[in-house]
Amino acid sequence: MFQPEYEAMERPELEALQLERLNSLLARVYENVPLYRSKFDGAGVRPRVESLGELADLPFTVKDDLRSAYPYGMFAVPLKDIVRVHSSSGTTGQITVVGYTRGDIERWADMMARTIACAGGTADDIVQVTYGYGLFTGGLGVHYGSERLGCMTIPISGGNTKRQVQVMKDFGTTILACTPSYAILIAETAAEMGIDPRSLSLKAGIFGAEPWSDNMRRQIEEMLDITAIDIYGLSEVLGPGVASECTCQCGLHVNEDHFIIEIIDPVTLQPVPDGERGEVVFTTLTKEGIPVIRYRTRDISRLVPGQCACGRTFRRMERVTGRTDDMLIIRGVNVFPSQIEQVLAGIPGVAPHYQVVLSKRGSMDHVEVHVEVGPDVPFDEIKTLERLRGRVAAEIASALAVSIAVKLVEPKSIQRSEGKARRVLDTRGEGGA
Amino acid sequence: MVKQLTVFLENSPGRLAGLTRVLGDAGVNMRALMVADTAEFGVVRIICDRPETARRALESAGFGVSVTEILAVEVPDRPGGLADILEALGAVGINVEYAYCYVEPGGQAAIDVFRVEEPGRATSVLLEAGIRVLEPDDVYPADS
Repeated sequence: MFQPEYEAMERPELEALQLERLNSLLARVYENVPLYRSKFDGAGVRPRVESLGELADLPFTVKDDLRSAYPYGMFAVPLKDIVRVHSSSGTTGQITVVGYTRGDIERWADMMARTIACAGGTADDIVQVTYGYGLFTGGLGVHYGSERLGCMTIPISGGNTKRQVQVMKDFGTTILACTPSYAILIAETAAEMGIDPRSLSLKAGIFGAEPWSDNMRRQIEEMLDITAIDIYGLSEVLGPGVASECTCQCGLHVNEDHFIIEIIDPVTLQPVPDGERGEVVFTTLTKEGIPVIRYRTRDISRLVPGQCACGRTFRRMERVTGRTDDMLIIRGVNVFPSQIEQVLAGIPGVAPHYQVVLSKRGSMDHVEVHVEVGPDVPFDEIKTLERLRGRVAAEIASALAVSIAVKLVEPKSIQRSEGKARRVLDTRGEGGA
Repeated sequence: MVKQLTVFLENSPGRLAGLTRVLGDAGVNMRALMVADTAEFGVVRIICDRPETARRALESAGFGVSVTEILAVEVPDRPGGLADILEALGAVGINVEYAYCYVEPGGQAAIDVFRVEEPGRATSVLLEAGIRVLEPDDVYPADS
């Protein structure tokens, strides 16, 4: 444990700390962030609670709040106190900016160091940071934590898989940080290069930023001969380091000295009984740059009951099993089906019937937009069809800032729905829900 | 000019079989069938004895189908027969989008099917060159 004084704190002591920090936070945001002042005043609540249970009386914060406050409207400190910004991926108009004070960066490094320690890491380890560096929180987030723990840190960032393998082999990497699907690609690439991935010095991987399954975990562990650890984070709350599995692999310990986690029913917005699934909501107790109160993540999870054998007293959230809406993250870019719909509506010849199909190609996620050829398309000529497909692909790429494969399908072949159309077909799952 | 059916098909197993079964069940007899394929989809072109019947049958079975007018030309069954025709079109700047051919049962000549940009002008050019351009009646009886 990197900070046992917090990570293994007795619950009553931890809850007292949370309450104290919560009240300090509420006072700060009420004073410094006009949005919170108006939300609280509008809801008729005071920026003070007598118990942690009263948190449930406070208004939620949603992604749209952050969007409409773009870029700095929800910062709780003057810009001179911000030392770093990150941004959630997004297309024009949907990007959100998060700011960090020096103290935020310090605490983030601590939390990320905890995460690496959770995976069994120590100062003796060599951490290869294959998350992207840049506005995305992944690369720099893990980087600072790795240095904080004292690990030798390889800031290789994403891409160039052969070089990843070569560096891993030559530098003696012991901990790999990347997305789970990329871990599989690295293992496959190593094998193609004639390097047995199991023979590398790797002992653990900290994987996150995309949903994955237990089957996939076992596959990665088998291919690379490592312990694969699930990590969780989101830029609106912090970045990586919000929660992490320990080597018991039985749920992700939430850094509860810095965050309060709630699970709510996304329809009634009421807290669900402990252990039931719902939408994950976070309150950032110690964030200074851009604190959030009851931020609705739209991620679906539940709290794992009972205590963990590792000795940490922080409660665990289960691996995130889905999203409350259809938002897709395609190569790091947030994509909403409605954006695709908007593009298609502007192109004559394609019917408004489309479906976004997610599948696995090898270990990587593959996204395809299926578009019905409209009745008016002169589809006798292949070049007309190819031109149409090219135009759809180009317009989607330009509007969404990410290129997506486009497949023309037969008229009326996309299933019609009477209610809300099922715009996203996810075939990546391994059966069972 | 002659009616050709064009069907947009997904490139997947059994799809072409399904299409031809629909036509068989509707009592439609095909003269020619040509499949143009790309990686993901195929375009199937059909000349048959009852194009309107075939179109209705395919539509009610859920296929995307359109009727295209094409040039059907009788080509002398000798070396250079097709080249003569294409040269006549090329000489006046008419581009051929696609072409395929079939043989009428018992016929001495091959039938070549052309899709061109200016079918009207192409027809006049070919007729002037003494080439026989088929009429609907030559290919299929009255069909509605």
